[in-house]
Amino acid sequence: MKVWKYGDNINTDMLFPGKYTYTCSTPIEIKPHLLEDLDPSFANAVKEGDIILAGKNFGCGSSREQPVVGLKAVGIKAVVAESYARIFYRSSINQGLLLIECPQAVKAYSDGDNISLDLEGGKINISRKIFSFPKLPKEILAISKAGGLLEYTREKLKKKK
Amino acid sequence: MAMTFAEKILAKYANKKSVIPGEIVTVHPDHLLTHDNTAAIIQKISKELDEYGIFSRQLPIIVLDHVIPAASEKTALNHKNIRDFVKKHRIKHFFDVGNGVCHQIVVEKGLALPGKLLLGSDSHTCSYGAIAAFSSGIDRTESAALMLTGETWLKVPQTIKMELNGKLAKGVYSKDLILYIIGKISASGANYCSVEFHGDVEQFSVEDRFTIANMGVEMGAKNAVFMVDDVTRKYLNYLKVDPSSYNAVYPDINAEYQEKLSYDLTKISPQVSCPHTVDNVKPVSEIEGLEIQQCLIGTCTNGRISDLQIAANLLRGKKVHPDIRLIVLPASKQIFEDALQNGIIETLVKAGGVILPPGCGPCLGAHQGVLAPGERCLSTANRNFKGRMGCKDAEIYLASPATVAASAIHGKITDPRREMKK
Repeated sequence: MKVWKYGDNINTDMLFPGKYTYTCSTPIEIKPHLLEDLDPSFANAVKEGDIILAGKNFGCGSSREQPVVGLKAVGIKAVVAESYARIFYRSSINQGLLLIECPQAVKAYSDGDNISLDLEGGKINISRKIFSFPKLPKEILAISKAGGLLEYTREKLKKKK
Repeated sequence: MAMTFAEKILAKYANKKSVIPGEIVTVHPDHLLTHDNTAAIIQKISKELDEYGIFSRQLPIIVLDHVIPAASEKTALNHKNIRDFVKKHRIKHFFDVGNGVCHQIVVEKGLALPGKLLLGSDSHTCSYGAIAAFSSGIDRTESAALMLTGETWLKVPQTIKMELNGKLAKGVYSKDLILYIIGKISASGANYCSVEFHGDVEQFSVEDRFTIANMGVEMGAKNAVFMVDDVTRKYLNYLKVDPSSYNAVYPDINAEYQEKLSYDLTKISPQVSCPHTVDNVKPVSEIEGLEIQQCLIGTCTNGRISDLQIAANLLRGKKVHPDIRLIVLPASKQIFEDALQNGIIETLVKAGGVILPPGCGPCLGAHQGVLAPGERCLSTANRNFKGRMGCKDAEIYLASPATVAASAIHGKITDPRREMKK
C-alpha cells in the first residue's frame, strides 16, 4: 500500500484536466489522465488499496466528477485530507469513494509511516498513533450502503413502483 | 426561531418551520441546470429514463455552451444525443448552441427568481444569488438522480455575513472587490458556508452582483447571495417578470452567523489574482508591467453588456498591442445583439479584438484560445488553476474587464486608472 501525499488546494483541474471533460467520461477514458498535471507518475503507478493524503480544500474547483470516478476506479481505498471542497465531497458520497476529514492525522503523518483504517470504529492509525474521525449521518450512509447514489436511486424507484 | 437566508429557504423547501445548521433536509429544487455534460448524465440513466421517464419536463434547464460549436466528432455527438433527449422527453427549457453561457441564460430568461431553489451540474451555479435565489453546484451523478426523482438532500450550512461599507473608487469594480475578498478569506475560507452580502450594496447592479455571486464557489461557498432591493426589482421589471411570481426572502435581524466580516470598499484598488490559485491576489500595482500574450474578456463572470461597455470605452479609437491576442465573448446572444446595436462590437473589432460566439470558449481549455507553454493570459474569468486553459505550463491572471482592456493596449499588466486619466 502506497501513500500519495499532496498539499493544499488540490483542484479538479490538477486531478483531471478540464480539456478532457467533454471527451472522457468512462473509467477507462479517465484513468490515463488522472492527476496528469499534478503528478504524472500517478496514473501508471497507482495500485488498488493505495491512500491519498492531502491538505486543505481537496477537490476545489469544477463540479466535474471524473476525478472521483477515476480515483474510485483505480482502487484508492480512502482520501484523508485536512478539509474538502463541498461539491467534491458530495460527489465522493455519490460514487462511494471514502473521504476522511482528519487534519490531525494529516499533520501527524511523515513519509514512510504506516497507515491503517478502522472504518467501523471511525479510527485511523498512523504508526501507532490513533485518530478518530466522525461517522457520516445516517441519511448519507444509506447512499454509501447502496453502493452509490445511482444504485440508491434505482432502489428508491423500484419501491415506488 | 431567527434564521439566516439559507436557513429560511431550506426550511421552506423541506416543509419545516425551522432548520438548524448541520441538519440534513430533503428538497425538491425548482430547476436543475445541466449543460454539455447532459450527454454524460443521461447516459448513466438511459434504462431508467426508458422505464420511469423523467421526473418533470419543467425541471431541467439545458444549455449547450461549454464546447460550442462542437470542436470534434465526440462533442458533436454529445450535442446530438442531448437534442434527441430534449425532443423525446419534451424538455421545456432547452437552449441550443449560440444562446449563451448557461448561468447568464438562467438569469436572463427569468428562470432564477428571488426565493427559489436551483441546483446545477456546474460549480458556478451559485451565480443566481445575484437575483436572491438560493443556488448551488452538484455533480453529474446527482443531476442524473434528480432527473429521475426530482429530489435530493442538502445539509443546512452555517452562514457568513459580509458587510460591504463605502463606495468603490473610479476604476475599481465588483470583480476587484470579490478578488480582494477571496484574497483575504482564502480559497477555502467559506467552505460549506452560505455567504450573505449586506451593507452598501445599492451601488451594485444585478450584473455587478452576478460577478460577485459567481465567484462565491472560489472561496468554497455553497451559495452567495444579495437580498432583494430596488436594484433587484428594477432588473426583474426590465425582464418583464411578474412580481407576484416570486417571494423575497430576508434573513431575520437576530439570525445567528458563524462569522461577521466587514470590508471598507473605499480602500480597495484594482486587484489581480495570480497563478495558480484564485486566492493568490495582489493589487495591480504590485505586478504592473508583467508581459502578457493573451487577453480574454467574457465568460459567466464578466461577459455582460456593462463589462463589454467598460472595455469598449477604454479601447475606443485605440489598437490592441501587436503582441496581444484579445479574445471577446459576449455571455449571451441577447448581450451580443445589444453590443452590436450600441457599437461596442465594432469598437472592439476595430481595436483588434477577436469575437467568439456566446459560450464558455477558452475558459475551460477545451478549444478557442488554448495557451502555449510559457504564455501568460490576463482574463476576466473566474479560475486560474494550472492547466485550466489547456496548458499546464502557461499562466493565467484574473482581473476586471477594465484592467484586461487597459493591459491589452499596453501588452503588459496595466492599472486601468492610467488609461482613464488620459
